[in-house]
Amino acid sequence: MAATEAAEPTRRDFLYIATTAVAAVGTAAAVWPLISQMNPDASVLALAATEVDLTPIAEGQILTVKWRGKPVFISHRTKKEIEEARAVPVNSLPDPQSDEARVKKGHDQWLVVIGICTHLGCVPLGHQGQYDGWFCPCHGSVYDTSGRIRQGPAPTNLEIPPYEFASDTKIVIG
Amino acid sequence: MSGHSTYRPQSRFMQWFESRLPIGGLVHSSFVAYPTPRNLNYWWTFGGILSFMLAVQIATGVVLVMHYTPTAAQAFDSIEHIMRDVNYGWLLRYLHANGGSMFFLAVYIHMFRGLYYGSYKAPREVLWILGVIIFLLMMVTAFMGYVLPWGQMSFWAATVITNLFSAIPLFGKGVTEWLWGAYAVDQPTLLRFFSLHYLLPFMIVGVVILHIWALHVAGQNNPTGIDVKADKDTLPFTPYATIKDSFILVCFLILLAWFVFYIPNYLGHSDNYIPANPLQTPPHIVPEWYFLPYYAILRAIPSKLGGVFALFASIAVLAFLPWLDTSKVRSARYRPLFRQFFWILVISCIGLGYLGSQPPEGGFVIAARIFTAYYFLFFLVILPLLGLIEKPRPLPTSISEAVLKKPAAAGHKA
Repeated sequence: MAATEAAEPTRRDFLYIATTAVAAVGTAAAVWPLISQMNPDASVLALAATEVDLTPIAEGQILTVKWRGKPVFISHRTKKEIEEARAVPVNSLPDPQSDEARVKKGHDQWLVVIGICTHLGCVPLGHQGQYDGWFCPCHGSVYDTSGRIRQGPAPTNLEIPPYEFASDTKIVIG
Repeated sequence: MSGHSTYRPQSRFMQWFESRLPIGGLVHSSFVAYPTPRNLNYWWTFGGILSFMLAVQIATGVVLVMHYTPTAAQAFDSIEHIMRDVNYGWLLRYLHANGGSMFFLAVYIHMFRGLYYGSYKAPREVLWILGVIIFLLMMVTAFMGYVLPWGQMSFWAATVITNLFSAIPLFGKGVTEWLWGAYAVDQPTLLRFFSLHYLLPFMIVGVVILHIWALHVAGQNNPTGIDVKADKDTLPFTPYATIKDSFILVCFLILLAWFVFYIPNYLGHSDNYIPANPLQTPPHIVPEWYFLPYYAILRAIPSKLGGVFALFASIAVLAFLPWLDTSKVRSARYRPLFRQFFWILVISCIGLGYLGSQPPEGGFVIAARIFTAYYFLFFLVILPLLGLIEKPRPLPTSISEAVLKKPAAAGHKA
């Protein structure tokens, strides 16, 4: 093995490198299933969409439903809450987004957001905090009536799940 | 008094065995004839306590698994089953839960001792880094164990800690869902945490063996921080260290027993006796006491990524300690300035622990920022500079001189 430093690469050097490369690729291929198995499995991915009837939700009330194991807030907002959300200059927000962009057109009173604080995943409390929206008890993030972050350590607004209005009184989340 | 090769088995059988597997000689040279510095104080007994506590945790843990059910639907009930139905189940569970706390108490004392007496300096850098790895494994193991009872605190601790990884730019969401095996902490998360909580303690045992091996290569540090130079600087491990370690171990176990038998839930949270509810976060969530300083650091930084980065950096910085400290003198006994900064660090860490238990508002946040700033200043600025500007006190010429002559100086206790 103690070849001189300036020696030409030999066929044996080539074989060493080729063998090592095959071993490395083979190890990676063998490890991949061990890593991939930790991802959400087929039964988790197959969780059906959730249908929610909106008729029992009174104005000013927030309903929490479970979708993909997470809480989803459905807020039936009052006129005052909608006005508050729209009165703020969008550019002054930490994560600028207009209230119109966060609801479905023609259904301005319905705000549907994933009820998980974007900081570290706690569930914020409704109708609390100085913006009448949500307050996260874990680390003090405050959201407004549009679910936008206004104060505290959370980096982004409450996430909007994919959903559609099946009729005026029914939504399908997912 | 060199420890090696003096071992001669008495019986014919043991001589036969020893020539085929010299394990008796290994034990004899490592734990009987092994030379220890003669001036070791009681702060040097925590390694033995930690080894014992690791064995206790594994023994009680293996037994608890015989009665525990790792499913989201049954985990909480199976813990109550252990508490009420299983013979001595309450004892085993309380030993395991409080044992974890005592384990951390001992490891923190062990680490501060290493810091005070410069035990991380050459030639013990690898020994120290192995210790940091053990500490990291302990933290992961303890966190996963705390999730297993599947109470409210378990669930939300799992949620908050796994969400730390969502701060990673671009891959955050993918990484957290990979950790969960779902879109939130759920059944798959509980099962994998259970699997890893069983595995990691045995990995700790492996690293502990490397840690002790590295210790026995370099030899123990001692309160003067100077090297062993002659046989009269040392005493054999048995009986001197063995008896001393045993005595302090019994004292330590009295403390453990006090918690287990008198205040078994003092260090826990009552919310964890409520079954996990993914739709409701408890109003005030805090980690176990041994994670409070890190939690305070996390919350002191007013940015998600920044807070998470500071949290991991506060542990990672320990691995670089041997190179951050530029002073050649090991022991704080002979470093008058270092000693003052060291005690401020201890106060900062305890202060951060207190602040981590308080709500993140007003003066608490400001205090946490000051202590966090000092923590990083100590390692990244003060230690490198101190070695250049500090004038250490004169070192004794040997351990035996420091011990036997009793000069006027060096009388203070650490």
